[in-house]
Amino acid sequence: MTLVKIAAAFAALLLAGGVAQAQGAKPNDAQIAHIAYTAGKIDIEAAQQAVQKSKNKDVVEFANDMIRDHTAINDKALALVKKLNVTPQDNDTSKALAKQAAEKRAELAKLNGPAFDKAYIDNEVAYHKTVNNALQNTLIPSATNPGLRDLLTTGLKIFQGHQQHAEHVAASLR
Amino acid sequence: MRATALALGTAALVLASGAGHAEVIRIKIANVAYQPAQVTAHVGDTIEWVNADVVAHTATARNGAFDLVMAPNGKNSIVLKTAGAIDYYCKYHPNMTGQISVVRD
Ligand SMILES: [Cu+2]
Repeated sequence: MTLVKIAAAFAALLLAGGVAQAQGAKPNDAQIAHIAYTAGKIDIEAAQQAVQKSKNKDVVEFANDMIRDHTAINDKALALVKKLNVTPQDNDTSKALAKQAAEKRAELAKLNGPAFDKAYIDNEVAYHKTVNNALQNTLIPSATNPGLRDLLTTGLKIFQGHQQHAEHVAASLR
Repeated sequence: MRATALALGTAALVLASGAGHAEVIRIKIANVAYQPAQVTAHVGDTIEWVNADVVAHTATARNGAFDLVMAPNGKNSIVLKTAGAIDYYCKYHPNMTGQISVVRD
């Protein structure tokens, strides 16, 4: 349910991007930075919950990898926007993402053991897939600053790696 | 003085490796990729991975021969002991893959 809603939020963004593009008003760099940062923050918070709740070694290792990588990239993003003198700008996509992530966390909080592990990892696979699609189809093509575009492009490769990693862990849980 | 030290250093390297021409082969890690992804080396050579990315990566051999972590802006290395092809990948980002062909002298 929540997953579907997250996908819907990004789909709306993709659509908005497409429509806006036709009207010459794509998401601006300040909005893109905010969306990318929010997407990273959401994954860190999901991972922190998994580190607390899971007793599965592979799941905990994966979650710690997510905390480490997304923190490193978000730190880099903050340094970049500061250098560029851009203030990340909150927007409907960021708000929808944050709201849905909070709902997902509440849903996962009720699960324990293997049920939690499976729900967390399945969500990680789907979440990275959705974020990667948004990066590839909307955020990267819309970014005008070369530094921001480079960081998003590197981020996409890292998150594609996370998606594969999550798929491997998901397969091991079956 | 300098030349003597260098000669001694080289002698030590040759002694340590036990072979005539042990080399250090550097593989750069940048933009979430091993560069170059494919290298040929000799038994006794050292492979050194130098990570230029902002995130940590690993070089993990599929045959279990090595499992190294390279911190952001960090490096790590191994000495090749046996001949053969070694496929390796990054545990954190399995979309990163590389291969070392190790040949005898
Ligand atoms: Cu990696």
